Amino acid sequence: MTHPPYLSPGYRSTVLRAPSQPPVPFTFDPDAIELTSPVFGHHEVGPLDADLTRQHEAEPIGERIIVTGRVLDSGGRPVRGTLVELWQANAAGRYAHQGDQHPAPLDPNFTGAGRCLTDDEGRYRFVTIKPGAYPWRNHPNAWRPAHLHFSVFGTAFTQRLVTQMYFPGDPLMPFDPILRSIPDDAGRQRLVSSFDLDLTEPEWALGYSFDIVLGRTPMETP
Amino acid sequence: MTSPLPPTPSQTVGPFFAHGLPYEQDWELVPEGHPGAITLSGRVLDGAGEPVPDALLELWLGRDGDRGALRRGEGGVSGFGRCATAPDGSYRFRTARPDGPYLSLQVFARGLLRSVLTRVYLKDVPDPLLDGLGPGRRSTLIATELAGGYTFDVRLQGTGETVFLDF
Repeated sequence: MTHPPYLSPGYRSTVLRAPSQPPVPFTFDPDAIELTSPVFGHHEVGPLDADLTRQHEAEPIGERIIVTGRVLDSGGRPVRGTLVELWQANAAGRYAHQGDQHPAPLDPNFTGAGRCLTDDEGRYRFVTIKPGAYPWRNHPNAWRPAHLHFSVFGTAFTQRLVTQMYFPGDPLMPFDPILRSIPDDAGRQRLVSSFDLDLTEPEWALGYSFDIVLGRTPMETP
Repeated sequence: MTSPLPPTPSQTVGPFFAHGLPYEQDWELVPEGHPGAITLSGRVLDGAGEPVPDALLELWLGRDGDRGALRRGEGGVSGFGRCATAPDGSYRFRTARPDGPYLSLQVFARGLLRSVLTRVYLKDVPDPLLDGLGPGRRSTLIATELAGGYTFDVRLQGTGETVFLDF
C-alpha cells in the first residue's frame, strides 16, 4: 500500500471526514475525462515564482535552501511541463494565513508560496527558507515536523497529488500522526528529502533533493 | 522490464493552503456573461452533516481552453478551476458545459489524507459508471438543476455519502 488510508484515527480530523464506503473502480472507458489533465502555459508561471526568497522588498529570515527533484511516472519517465506548487510555514513555524494562531512571528518578507513548471527532464527547482516546526492541537503536545507542502498535476487528473516533504533527521517525524498515517516505513521514507552537498551553493544555500513519482493511470496495464 | 517505481504517498492539504493554492478568478472558468455559462455550487459536508469550511475543490472539464488555467484572460473558456470553501462549507464555480454528461471534481481538505475524486453529472443518463451503482448511490452523482445553474453537495461520509472513484 502506498497511500495512507482515509481513516487514520491518530490524526483526529480524519474521523468525520474519511469516506466510509470503498471507492468505486473506474469502468473501462477510454473517453473518461479523468485521463486528461489541465496543461499550464509557461506564460502563466513567472520566472520568480519559484524563488520564495525574492517575493518581497527584503529577504526573509531563515536558513536559505534549494529544493529540487524530478517528477516521474511509474515507469521512471520524466513528466514534462507539469505544474508544481509549494507552500509552507516561515522559519518560525508560522503560516501567512489568518487561521494560524501559533504565537510565533510572521515575517513581512515571506509569504511562503511558489510555483514552477517541470523542465524537459521533469525537474523542478525552488529556492526558499527552511520552515520551522509548529504545534497543533491534534493531541497534547503535538508538533508537526518541518515540512513543505507540494501539489503536482501529471498528465491525468487521476494522477493529481498533494503531499508533504520532510527533512532528513527531523526528530519529530516518529511522533507525527500525519506522516505515520502511511502504513509502511518505505512509504514514509519516500517523503523524506535527501540532503545533497552537490546541490548546495557555496556561501549561499543548502541543497535538498526530493523526487516525486506519480501513480499509474487507471487505463494503464500494471 | 524493470518493476514500476512506487508512487509518492499522498498527505493532507492541511488547513493552511489559502496563501498557496487559490488564485485570482480561480472559480471562474468563464467570465461573467459568457454565453451558455452555468454555475455549479454546493456545500462540502462531513460525517456529522457539518460544513467543511477548509476544503479546496478543483473542477476539470476534460479539455483545455483559451482563457488560461492560472492566469485568466478576459474572455474564452478554461477547462480548470479551483474554489476554497467558505466558512459555511459552500463553493461555487462559473463554467461552460462539459462536452459529455459530467464534470470531474476533486476535493482536498484537512483530515483527507488523500484527495477524493468524484463526478458531477448534469443529468441522469445511461452511463458505464452510473449504471454500476445502486439507485441510492447513483443519485449522489446527479446535480440538481436550478435557475441558471446546478447544485451539487459533496458528503464525505455517512448518510448520502458521495460516490468517490478509485484512482
